[in-house]
This record gives sequence, C-alpha cells and structure tokens, in this order.
Amino acid sequence: MSNDKAVLAYTLRLADNTLILAQRMVELVAAEPELEEELANANFALDYIGQARMLYSYAGELEGKGRSEDDFAFMRDEHEFANLLLVEQPNGHFGDALIRQFLFDAFYVHQLEALARCSDARFREFAARAVKEVRYHLRHCSQWLVRLGDGTQFSHDRVQTSLDDAWRYTGEMFASDETDRAVQDCINGPDLEEIRPLWRRDVEEVISRATLSVPSDDWMASGGKQGRHSEYLGYLLAEMQYLQRSFPGASW
Amino acid sequence: MVAVDVSREQVFKWLANVPDPEIPVLSILDLGIVRDVELGDRITVSLAPTYSGCPATEVIESSVLRELEQHGLDDVAIRRVLSPPWTTDWISEAGREKMRQYGIAPPAVNKPVACPQCESTNAERVSEFGSTACKAAYRCRDCLEPFEYFKCL
Repeated sequence: MSNDKAVLAYTLRLADNTLILAQRMVELVAAEPELEEELANANFALDYIGQARMLYSYAGELEGKGRSEDDFAFMRDEHEFANLLLVEQPNGHFGDALIRQFLFDAFYVHQLEALARCSDARFREFAARAVKEVRYHLRHCSQWLVRLGDGTQFSHDRVQTSLDDAWRYTGEMFASDETDRAVQDCINGPDLEEIRPLWRRDVEEVISRATLSVPSDDWMASGGKQGRHSEYLGYLLAEMQYLQRSFPGASW
Repeated sequence: MVAVDVSREQVFKWLANVPDPEIPVLSILDLGIVRDVELGDRITVSLAPTYSGCPATEVIESSVLRELEQHGLDDVAIRRVLSPPWTTDWISEAGREKMRQYGIAPPAVNKPVACPQCESTNAERVSEFGSTACKAAYRCRDCLEPFEYFKCL
C-alpha cells in the first residue's frame, strides 16, 4: 500500500468513527433522561460532526478527485465505511449508549494524542483541536459510569450488562492491519500496541471506581475497519443518507 | 488584478464591527479568533474556529465577507486556522469585561467563578452544560441570580 493511500484510508477511518457515533447520538436528541444530559449529548454529537467534517475535507484533498464532505458522508455504501463496529451499535438504553461512548473515547483520546505528535501537519493540527473536546467527553462519561455503577443494585447490574455486551467490540481497536502499520511507518502514526495498555489502565480505573468488574477478553468481533459491518450500519445509513439519495446534490 | 488600497489596521477596525453570533456584545476581535489579515492581490482573513463543530463558524465567515464587502472589498478569502488551537485564553481583556456586563461570567483561570451581577464567588454549578457548548449554568448563592459561565478551554 502506498503511503498516500494509507493516510487517506486512515483519515476515512477516523472520520467514519466520529460521524457514525455522532449519528447514533443524534438519534437520542430529545430522548435523554434529563435536560443537562440532553444538552451534553447534543453538544458532544456536534463536536464529533465538526471533527468528521474536517477529516472528510482532508480526505477529499488527499484523494484529489473533487469529492466533498457530503459526498463522503452521504454517497458511500456500507462496505465503504471503515468505522469501528463499536460505534455503530444501536443505542439500547442509557447505559448502553454511555458505555459505547466511554469505551470509544478512552481509545480515541490516546489515538489523538499520538496523532498530535505524528509527522503529518494536518493530523497534528486536527488532533490538537479535537483532543481537548474528547477529554471533556471522556470525563463526562466517566462521571456517569461511576454514578450508575456505584448507584443502586438495579443500575449497577444493568450497566455491568452493557459493559459485558460492548466488550467484544473493543478488540478491534487494537488489531493492527496494513493501514495501521503503514500510517505508523510513514507518518509516525499511532502505535496500537502502545495505546492498548494505556486504554486498559484508564478504562480499568473508572470501572473499578464504578464498582463494576472488567469483562474477560473472550471472542472479539472485528471487520469494521475493513468495511465488514454488523447488520446495524445499513439501517443507520439508510436514515442518514435518505435525503441525498432521494435528491442527489440537494443543498441549502 | 488590482492590488487593494487599504491598510491592515483599517481592515481590523472593520472586523471589530463583526459580532459573535452567540454573544453579540463580543466582536470577533474580542473573542480572539481573528489570527491574521494579509493584504495582497486579494485580502486573506485567517480565522480560528472555537470548537470543531461550532455552528457559528460559517455564520462568522459570511459576516466577515459581508462586512468587508460593504467597504468595497469584494475579493476576500477566508482561511481556517486550526493551529495553535483557539482556547479561552485568546479572549481579550476588553472582551472579558463586555461578557461580564452582558451577564456571562468570563472564563476563570486559577480563581473561583464570580457572579457577574454581584461579583460574589459564592456560586454553585447547576449544570456543566448550558445553552451552548461553551457555557455552563451557575447560580449565585448570595444574590440568588442564575447566570452562565463561559468555560475554560
């Protein structure tokens, strides 16, 4: 794989993670349990959409075929999306959505910190901006996780089940493939082997404060980064892409 | 192409008329998001977005173009600058004062949040999230007024 191609593929992975997670969070707008959480959720989703836009713009420049942010977001099919399986999982209940964002953000923070030190100037600028936002999101999720885990027996048991169910999607974050290795080699990008223990340390720390137990590392699902998705992504895209699919090129 | 006959200082003066759409008492200069103005065959204004997803970014960009167009500058380019990232440290002293008078507690670095009405620091956070991503909701325990606090970033 050529270096340029790897950087382009990696940019789309980053962008797809943030866009798909944002879309899941947008589905929860006006459905949060309290007003503060309503605002937090919408604000966080907006941060992710902003990040996705910057990344899609960069991808368009790297590709050089004139594709816009909207083309990447709305005119690609399921197998062309390279987000992690974790972020496309359905919202479920409040604890499920919280665990999904917590596990992802704990990884994304370290990914961004590594990108802020890489040799690609655009990634560095992007990561320096985004990491501040994601640290804030992670702090918020961690507080909620402790509240639910160390709350009532009922909330404890429910969020433990959310954690157990989502755990199988965390292995994929650290499964290096050709693109990850190429980006690591050519722009001194994130080293997943280096991030894994940091993620583990941070996640375990919050899980233990929340009086929850760390699930065992059994079978891990993978394929999202390579465009092999769970059945849920198709439905998500069908809704998200409806307008551009029905009225191609519509703008306002 | 004709070189533009205008000074940098003049362009900055005009930019001081462009308000932040979320807190209109602040100009984009007070907010510290204007990074540079370059004169050449065309004028390039460099702007730093506050948050990645800030919905005001595009409004601000079009307001800048409109303002300068009113003064006869119709060939203006906007450049988005991400580095160094904008933080609340870029808000000017004058901007902080205007914010306080408007009823928003400005970002407090290494000091407690003070009520913009009575200056008491006996305030409590009601919600970490306010009407926009950049603000939190507070209440003053002395004068009992609720107020917004512009978070440090």
